[in-house]
Amino acid sequence: MKIKGTQLFVKALIEEGVDTLFAYPGGMAIDLFDALYGETSFRVVLPRHEQGLVHAADGYARATGKTGVCLVTSGPGATNLVTGIATANYDSVPLVCFTGQVPTHLIGNDAFQEVDIVGICRSICKYAVTVRRREDLGRIIKEAFYIARTGKPGPVLVDFPKDIQQALGSDEYPQEVSIRGYKPSTGVHMGQLKKAVGMLENAKRPLFLLGGGVNIAGANEAMTRLAEQLQVPVVTTIMGKGAIPTDHPLFIGNMGMHGNVASNTAVSECDLLVSIGTRFNDRITGKISEFAKNAKIVHIDIDAASISRNIVVDVPIVADAKEAIEKMAEIAVAPKHMGDWLERLQKCRAEKPVAMDGSGAMSPQDIILAVNECFQEAIVTTDVGQNQMWTAQFLQLKGKSKLITSGGLGTMGYGLPAAIGAKLGRPEMPVVCISGDGGFQMNEQELATAVCEELPVVICILNNSYLGNVRQWQEMFYGGKYSCTCLRKRRSCGAWCSNPNAECPPYLPDFVKLAESYGIEGIRVTAREQIRPALERARQTTDRPTLIEFIIERETNILPMVPGGNALSDMVTEYKKEGK
Amino acid sequence: MTATDKEKKRWISLYVENDVGVLAKISGLFSGKSYNLLSLTVGETEDPTVSRMTISLVGDDKTFEQIKKQLNRSVEVIKVLDFTDLPIHKKEILFIKLHSLRKDETEEVFRSAAVFGITVSDYDKSSVILESVQTESENDEVLRYYKKYFSSRMEAVRGGSVAIESVSRSDR
Repeated sequence: MKIKGTQLFVKALIEEGVDTLFAYPGGMAIDLFDALYGETSFRVVLPRHEQGLVHAADGYARATGKTGVCLVTSGPGATNLVTGIATANYDSVPLVCFTGQVPTHLIGNDAFQEVDIVGICRSICKYAVTVRRREDLGRIIKEAFYIARTGKPGPVLVDFPKDIQQALGSDEYPQEVSIRGYKPSTGVHMGQLKKAVGMLENAKRPLFLLGGGVNIAGANEAMTRLAEQLQVPVVTTIMGKGAIPTDHPLFIGNMGMHGNVASNTAVSECDLLVSIGTRFNDRITGKISEFAKNAKIVHIDIDAASISRNIVVDVPIVADAKEAIEKMAEIAVAPKHMGDWLERLQKCRAEKPVAMDGSGAMSPQDIILAVNECFQEAIVTTDVGQNQMWTAQFLQLKGKSKLITSGGLGTMGYGLPAAIGAKLGRPEMPVVCISGDGGFQMNEQELATAVCEELPVVICILNNSYLGNVRQWQEMFYGGKYSCTCLRKRRSCGAWCSNPNAECPPYLPDFVKLAESYGIEGIRVTAREQIRPALERARQTTDRPTLIEFIIERETNILPMVPGGNALSDMVTEYKKEGK
Repeated sequence: MTATDKEKKRWISLYVENDVGVLAKISGLFSGKSYNLLSLTVGETEDPTVSRMTISLVGDDKTFEQIKKQLNRSVEVIKVLDFTDLPIHKKEILFIKLHSLRKDETEEVFRSAAVFGITVSDYDKSSVILESVQTESENDEVLRYYKKYFSSRMEAVRGGSVAIESVSRSDR
């Protein structure tokens, strides 16, 4: 039977088991939306901006482990995806993004709403392709889903010209995929793994460093068992947080720029570092020449290109994290000569915890700890900046809990739409979004999506009226010159300012009123004792989001901190503003 | 400098899908990651769905390993062959057009072409086109020679090397 390209598109989504499509219409996608009308096999969600759309699909994918699917129009619809595609690419999130395109005979003519989106996205996605012939459509969609979710997952872009959408062709959707240039690695090199196991057995100060790859592979339980079997301490990157439960005795903490003292000490002092699913990003390593200087390094990663790129390793193993961990558990023996290594790290963790000054009315620590108490299991999304780092420092992750955050690209505006996507994918889980006042405003229009889809996400805005992370750098490294980071500054403030005070102009917008304008409750919290009641109230709301604005001290810093370029052992643990 | 971080010239032969955008993908990978590309040639193979690229570049061992890995992980790349230390045949085409020549100079150019093993593929009273199919370094020498005498009266265009693995003879 002959069917239109649009009909094959719908059939393909059904065959791929898609249950949620994030879609925003436009001229070059109108035929696709026509085919979607009345479709009941999956839910079609209409966000309010394509950037919110792609972040929502990303949050959905991270929360469910399934592939997030986007559909937008050509030109601006497509370019609005760019940041979200790069975000997903950096954090290895499987997405398939369909963009409408002008008819093939107009491509290259600077037609209305024409952009070369494949060209724009080539370097920020796993694969990008234009469908040029109707007979290729089924194969291309099949390949797109396959490429997105296999190997190191990532976003795939399918550019879909209008004439191909309308053209009649075969109704067959292929069952099999064969791409001669794409063969994701499978299996584990047992020789290499045995080498690693031998090194573990003889190490005096072994350490597991776990990255996002462990979470993506769903290897959390296997990893916890392995660590217990060997009694080897564990540190994680931010993306790896939750790889083993954060209250586990073997968990020393998050390491890196804002890691705790014990974790960064562990990395600096270990003699064997077994890292799984991390690419040794600069925020993780600090000064490269000082990183794990005393250690042999075993690196397990699904992506061969991530191995020995930033850090030269002794034993490279290209493998899926889960497979490698399970295989390792079969043959590994506990280290024989650990001495008091573990106890020493546990002691350091207890003596030098990440802790904030509790003398004020309310600290970010109070807020995140209250989230821990209020939601035993939850999916927590963050925005980017201080809110993200405080969450990474204080959030407890156990059971089915998950942290969803833009770790690699650091995309402001990610938190709210990601929470919406997560709640759509995992309606049974409480979903909490921790955002800053700056990042929230980058995609606040998505409040409408949350309301329309009746999603009870708990939105926490930590409002310090600053772009706080940059302000912190300005305070610590740029002489306190708060250049363009104050969100209360108005024209009337005159010259540049470095001293916020009670006379500062009022904040814009009024988040409580903003919430009310969307027909949802907005709660302003100004003191510690108000935190729990506000969170409880939000938790009990089941059919719409709740927005809680926490007014935090304006100049609170994230500590400890490894200043950019410093060695991990060279941390700032205390800092006082001059004159304070 | 240790032996491993020494920069040297490398050769890659790359099998890729013969599709729109693949050249842009490969060249974009080099520019986006600041890899130092010297030359890149591309053309269809005996199989019209496959193109083959010959790439030369300068880099240290670590960067070169990374380049090969990055190429390998591209969906459009079918196979990456490292030709750097293999016996291969590689040739490059170079055209040199000389103009405003006196009669005695034309004769001189014909003589030199015979000595250098290059072909005179076109000429008139005052102009000559030379066609040199040699290795890249031989072409460098040819170019240097004519530049010495005709620098203001010449134009040159070269194609970049193509390379294929040897059968019995090496380094031709």
